[in-house]
Amino acid sequence: MTDISDRKQSVVFQPSRTQRVIEALKRDWQLYLMLAPTIIWLLLFLYKPMYGLQIAFKDYSVFRGIAGSPWVGFEHFQTLFDNDQFLRALKNTIVISFWSLLVGFPVPILLALMFNEILNQTFKKTAQTIVYLPHFISSVIIAGIVIASFSPSSGVVNTFLGWFGADPVYFLTKPEWFRPIFIGTNIWQEAGFSSIVYLAAIAGVSPTLYESAVIDGASRWQMMWKITIPSIMTTIIIMLIIRIGNMLEVSFEMIILLYQPATYETADVVNTFIYRQGLQGGQYDLAAAAGLFNAVVAFVLVMSANAISKRYSRTSLW
Amino acid sequence: MANMRLYSRGDKTFVILNMFLVGMFTLSTLYPFIYIASLSMSAGFEARAGNVVLGPVGLTLDAYRWVLSEPMFWISYRNTFIYTIGGTLMSLILIIPGAYALSRPQLYGRRFWNLMVAFTMWFHAGMIPFFLNMRDLGLLDSYFGIIIGFAVNGFNIILLRNFFENIPQSFEEAARMDGASEFQILWKVYVPLSKPAIATVALFCLVSRWNGFFWAMVLLQDEQKIPLQVYLRQTIAYLSDDEEFSSTLINQTYSVETVTAAIIVCSIIPVLLVYPFLQKYFNKGILLGGVKE
Repeated sequence: MTDISDRKQSVVFQPSRTQRVIEALKRDWQLYLMLAPTIIWLLLFLYKPMYGLQIAFKDYSVFRGIAGSPWVGFEHFQTLFDNDQFLRALKNTIVISFWSLLVGFPVPILLALMFNEILNQTFKKTAQTIVYLPHFISSVIIAGIVIASFSPSSGVVNTFLGWFGADPVYFLTKPEWFRPIFIGTNIWQEAGFSSIVYLAAIAGVSPTLYESAVIDGASRWQMMWKITIPSIMTTIIIMLIIRIGNMLEVSFEMIILLYQPATYETADVVNTFIYRQGLQGGQYDLAAAAGLFNAVVAFVLVMSANAISKRYSRTSLW
Repeated sequence: MANMRLYSRGDKTFVILNMFLVGMFTLSTLYPFIYIASLSMSAGFEARAGNVVLGPVGLTLDAYRWVLSEPMFWISYRNTFIYTIGGTLMSLILIIPGAYALSRPQLYGRRFWNLMVAFTMWFHAGMIPFFLNMRDLGLLDSYFGIIIGFAVNGFNIILLRNFFENIPQSFEEAARMDGASEFQILWKVYVPLSKPAIATVALFCLVSRWNGFFWAMVLLQDEQKIPLQVYLRQTIAYLSDDEEFSSTLINQTYSVETVTAAIIVCSIIPVLLVYPFLQKYFNKGILLGGVKE
């Protein structure tokens, strides 16, 4: 790597890089000893799999190993883009992300604005404590609750529909119901917790703005629109950019828990496709190719999101 | 309230409507939990018939008796404790010294090492290479594999590193004068000053370990090693598909529905117990790790 000190070399006499490294090691050997386990861990568990990604371009066989398997170029990618299931998964990922964003993004903002307008502190604290809770509950439990509630014979949703004379619906086997249930569950689980960021932004708005607005006779409603919302706009935009950057990160663990063959047509996303093809079906090379495609698109999205948000806020996301 | 004066008369409707809406959202968050708790304490045949809506119908604790007498429930519960505590300790042991070293300005190649950490947050090799790597390392079906394999994540390192960086150098000067080693400075100066940040990271680890499901399901085949979440999943899938189990239940006061609900309640309780601590720290954690280089 090159850093600024390299450029000075022509001007002032400096020891060679090797010498400097040795000197640094002598001086800070304790720090390197502390850093080493973390770096070794990263190499072993995150960087070594990146080397293993080459199987996306190989005809991988367990017996020949990663290095020994023959290269096949872009064959797996061609197979993927001729594969209806993969294309369907890609389409579902985009559709689910899009609707999650459209429906789910405004909810935490609304919640934060509403929390901010509550005067009774006890009521506010209690409500916040309750709505943050689902974030900390595992997806298996959440899925268990969803499955129990939507059950055709015993679930409370159908009991409720029954009061209005409707016939029971087996929601989780209906492709048209999967996305609303999945997105709704996500909002139910995360909206409260996501509102914290906006509440923090609202807490940072100067009280003098509100004081002078009151003197001018503004109502709470006007203050919310004219002061609070404009003040947190930067936060809203940054969060929106982050969300778009993470578009492909559909919470597939929840999908695995909720979907079934009957709903694959609307529920199967890229990551669940990879899971079934690779981990369940043993087609490691094809699944790794799908994963690489996913990772590259995600990388581009995240990097662009970071670059754009830098412009807005001057602070980058990392 | 101090800012009561900020309200004019026309705001009354607005305030009441707002409280009503927040109340509704809060109740709708709470209701599924109440429903599951009610199910778990209801008689099996009432639950089956969909008669449970609010509060137990035909109050009985038989579902809990079934769950608590199931050896696999206890084995998986114990395993979850092993993974949660072992995993969190492993994370702290790796992350705290690592983050400290990365926070030192004199560290040679600091930018490179930091980039190496940050890059893992932007790009993942993905599910398949990670799995094959775990297999090649001989970490399938092993307690150690689960504990070590997910110990470090970039976000936690950066969160802690930022916190360490903001501690003024003056705090460590006295210790340095006395010839303290880096380890002593970390342990005696930085760790005590960073308790909130370390607690935040520890709580993040605890929660993600307690809730961890997908990789435990993929990496563990041995029934004796599975954590509670995998057991819960298997039970839900197994009980609802198994006609035999259902048919043995006809004369029982518990059912598939009530047993599942009882397991769900049993696995939520520990989360509820640590929840007050979580609440104290997560606000800070989010702000600490937030928008910052």
